[in-house]
Amino acid sequence: MPKDNGIGASPKRREDVRFLSGTGNYTDDIQVNGQAYVHFLRSDLAHAKINGINLDAALAMPGVIKIFTGTDFEGVGGIPCGWQVTDRHGEPMQEPAHPVLAQGKVRYVGDQIAAVVAETLEQARDAAEAIDVDLEELPAVVDMKAALADGATKVHDDLTSNLCYDWGFVEENKPAVDAAFEAAAHVTTLELRNNRLVANPMEPRVAIGDFNRATGDSTLYTTSQNPHVIRLLMGAFVLGIPEHKLRVVAPDVGGGFGTKIFHYAEEAFCTFAAKALNRAVKWTSTRSEAFISDAHGRDHVTKIELALDAENNFTAVRTDTHANMGAYLSTFAPSVPTWLHGTLMAGNYKTPLIYVNVKAVFTNTVPVDAYRGAGRPEATFQLERVVDKAARELGVDPIALRRQNFITEFPYATPVAVEYDTGDYHGTMDVLEKMADLSGFEARRKASEAKGKLRGFGVNCYIEACGIAPSNLVGQLGARAGLYESATVRVNATGGLVVMTGSHSHGQGHETSFPQVIAEMIGIDESMVEIVHGDTANTPMGMGTYGSRSIAVGGSAMVRATEKIIAKAKKIAAHLMEAADADIELKDGAFSVAGTDKSVAWGDVTLAAYVPHNYPLEDIEPGLEETAFYDPANFTYPSGAYACEVEVDPDTGKVTIEAFNAADDFGNIINPMIVDGQVHGGIGQGIGQALLENAAYDENGQLLSASYMDYAMPRASDVPFYGVDHSSQTPCTHNPLGVKGCGEAGAIGSPPAVINAVVDALRSGGHDIHHIDMPVSPSRVWQAMNG
Amino acid sequence: MYNFDFEKPSTIADAVSALGSEDAQALGGGQTLLPTMKQRLASPSKLVSLNGIAEMQGICTGDDGALCIGGATTHAAVAAGAGVYPGLAGLAAGIGDPAVRARGTIGGSLANNDPSACYPAGALASGATFVTNAREIAADDYFQGMFTTALDEGEILTEVRFPVPEASNYQKFEQPASRFALVGVFVAKYADGVRVAVTGASEEGVFRWTEAETALSGNFSADAIADMAPGADGMISDLHGTAAYRAHLVGVLTRRAVTAAG
Repeated sequence: MPKDNGIGASPKRREDVRFLSGTGNYTDDIQVNGQAYVHFLRSDLAHAKINGINLDAALAMPGVIKIFTGTDFEGVGGIPCGWQVTDRHGEPMQEPAHPVLAQGKVRYVGDQIAAVVAETLEQARDAAEAIDVDLEELPAVVDMKAALADGATKVHDDLTSNLCYDWGFVEENKPAVDAAFEAAAHVTTLELRNNRLVANPMEPRVAIGDFNRATGDSTLYTTSQNPHVIRLLMGAFVLGIPEHKLRVVAPDVGGGFGTKIFHYAEEAFCTFAAKALNRAVKWTSTRSEAFISDAHGRDHVTKIELALDAENNFTAVRTDTHANMGAYLSTFAPSVPTWLHGTLMAGNYKTPLIYVNVKAVFTNTVPVDAYRGAGRPEATFQLERVVDKAARELGVDPIALRRQNFITEFPYATPVAVEYDTGDYHGTMDVLEKMADLSGFEARRKASEAKGKLRGFGVNCYIEACGIAPSNLVGQLGARAGLYESATVRVNATGGLVVMTGSHSHGQGHETSFPQVIAEMIGIDESMVEIVHGDTANTPMGMGTYGSRSIAVGGSAMVRATEKIIAKAKKIAAHLMEAADADIELKDGAFSVAGTDKSVAWGDVTLAAYVPHNYPLEDIEPGLEETAFYDPANFTYPSGAYACEVEVDPDTGKVTIEAFNAADDFGNIINPMIVDGQVHGGIGQGIGQALLENAAYDENGQLLSASYMDYAMPRASDVPFYGVDHSSQTPCTHNPLGVKGCGEAGAIGSPPAVINAVVDALRSGGHDIHHIDMPVSPSRVWQAMNG
Repeated sequence: MYNFDFEKPSTIADAVSALGSEDAQALGGGQTLLPTMKQRLASPSKLVSLNGIAEMQGICTGDDGALCIGGATTHAAVAAGAGVYPGLAGLAAGIGDPAVRARGTIGGSLANNDPSACYPAGALASGATFVTNAREIAADDYFQGMFTTALDEGEILTEVRFPVPEASNYQKFEQPASRFALVGVFVAKYADGVRVAVTGASEEGVFRWTEAETALSGNFSADAIADMAPGADGMISDLHGTAAYRAHLVGVLTRRAVTAAG
């Protein structure tokens, strides 16, 4: 009998009532009295010197309030970067200035030249067209390797080159790794590109700045995954507003996928302009703007080598990656190809020696930062592709080769600085093999061949580090922030609870799953618990939602706060029943004295806390409200094994996904339905990356796929019904819920399975192909088959 | 979107008159024009909607047996009502998505002549007659390259007359993002020969693949064009496919259309 309440139950998502009935409150739904509108004039050149901006005609246009340019921001801070990477030689990364509005140069198509504030949006747009900008076009730097060549045009004139950093990890391991390659019985090499993606959340970004002249308080309403982080970065580094005078509200947010983590110039602009004009200023991104102003994801070019001994044991991995930063450093950009990527290069395997080199490169393109998975999909893709290629070269079964090299003993310290606490990689692979009906594959392949189609099977494993992250560790790695999470649990007099959390929900279903945890702990119905998030004015300082951290870190903070509540409530109950604190037990929402039939209900205790007539006032304070901050001891390490079956039409090159199965180990599960949904969404995005999505620039730095006419998003008909299983569970050993996080797994684990399957299909048709770069569009597949 | 005037006349004569003003533009279903205006890439001073003109709506059969479709007839209406011409009904049923088919019109599509649109292939392969407020134009004279037709400024496409073939089929290979035709091939078999029209592939817009027509007119089977493909010269090459790939697809899709037409 499945549970209908608490941990392990699958109640329907309560937030969906408002999301699906048009009663949500998104940022663009907010209308501040007297708000003006801003339209940003964006560069249509990738790289140009601004020789002059003539505003005369534009200022004379109807409705124009003020037009801002870079000179208005000369005394204002730039957009900060939240992570400093130290390079192979111990030097800090090169970190260019990132002004709110362009100063002197524009550096990508989409860079903000001017901001027109007007009474209406149309008036702002009209006036922007009347601005006369004298741009002197400069050569665009687009290709990463060309950007690093001697004499290459520099994106930032005041930096020594376009190299942000040259990172080696672990640098001391390099000689031993090189020696292992010298001694290897077999070396498999693969060169590949991890395609650049545009996140495309359903809701484009919105920012509204507001200012109260009477109090001097600023408010920013914004589409953010982490309002406290925005308050800290914008307040402290850009505008110089102390936190008690700045409120950041991120109400209902329609999807983030990473791209709404970062602090963007538009947020700082609206907050700044509201104060300057004493008037609220609203910006709503169009979809077209989103393509050229939301941070992009991925965009790595990698060479990976795998060394094996004569028994097919992995002896070393060596990688060489160029990672595109775009024109400026977005908030967490430097961490993605380094600490979220290099640390995962052991994968699920006991490879003893690993060396990762990453060159981060500035180009005249949109800044690149975290996108669902962030670094871990890039690590997984290259590792699982090279293992597949090795199996093929050695003529061994790809699953057997993986199993032979699996880590089996935990905790396991990898040669790339992390320690996996738990896992059972054979266990998830066992589950996968059953789900994927391996024994039936040959019959299915024959059936496809009878239809003139090539059928392929691809498998891969993944490990990820999420539940981000221990503050002291990430501090050593260059993070300029802590990564704890917070919760305040407020019990009302009549027994209901409100939890104020720093974990933001923008589609994850926290409002449903978080109450399940508290309901389980107290033994009450989850409808008695309400979740409040998204407003710095009424939630404790929290770091927000990304890195699959909400239940592992935010949920743990909530558990700790609830433990404090229960401890205090037991004292009250002991007083009411005239018993010792230690004898009080809480079960099914009632307190009892062990070994007696004495009992008081949860509601009696909560009422006593607020109506303390009969209350131990000499020992404890009235009221029932507790706050906890939780800083994790380690990352969590979800893992899994995924399998994909494809059909390829050899006449057209079109790939169709016939089956996709995912066996994940997320540790303990709070709401299985929500976990299924997270995996479904992640796989959908992974299939999108593998088959469809491609943010492509031409040599002049123009984004070729800048709308849905050319940027292919996955649709329902592009994906199959997924098989999802998370019955293989090795609970996390260091957080109180034993949970690991599930938000990114699907996007991390699915692209290699798709490509492995496509390569398998093509090889079954006699094509000597080892790799096709993503997306494996019909045209690319046909090209590969036809030389 | 810039401001514009809007008129919705109920007769063709009034529509012609309304289109006489400077920078006026006819509006069919608006599936291309309105997004273009929202992007501020088009700025007509006046939109003249053709959707209020009763005589431009609907489907009937002419005295010569041709299927006559009013210029303001939606794709959904053609998909539902052109059953005597299954190839054409199938083409209409596959355009865009339900929302596009509910608003978009045959006249709008053919007047715009997008090089990746479906209808130009159907009309050219059918040897359709384009009826305007002023004259009749043969399909072979109508299409004059990407986004270019024989229509004069202010001339309204009021009706398209399709001779109904013995057998027909349209095969569309979708561009993965837009789901327009990366290549689309319409094959129509008439008593006096086979016509094959290709959309999506050529830099010159829709075209007849005469080499295949000749082969198929002698032997209407996929085998007759077994290894045939047009040359890659002049084919579109972009993010979604090279010229050689498009040329190859023309051959594949033509064979599939012939087989499906039966």
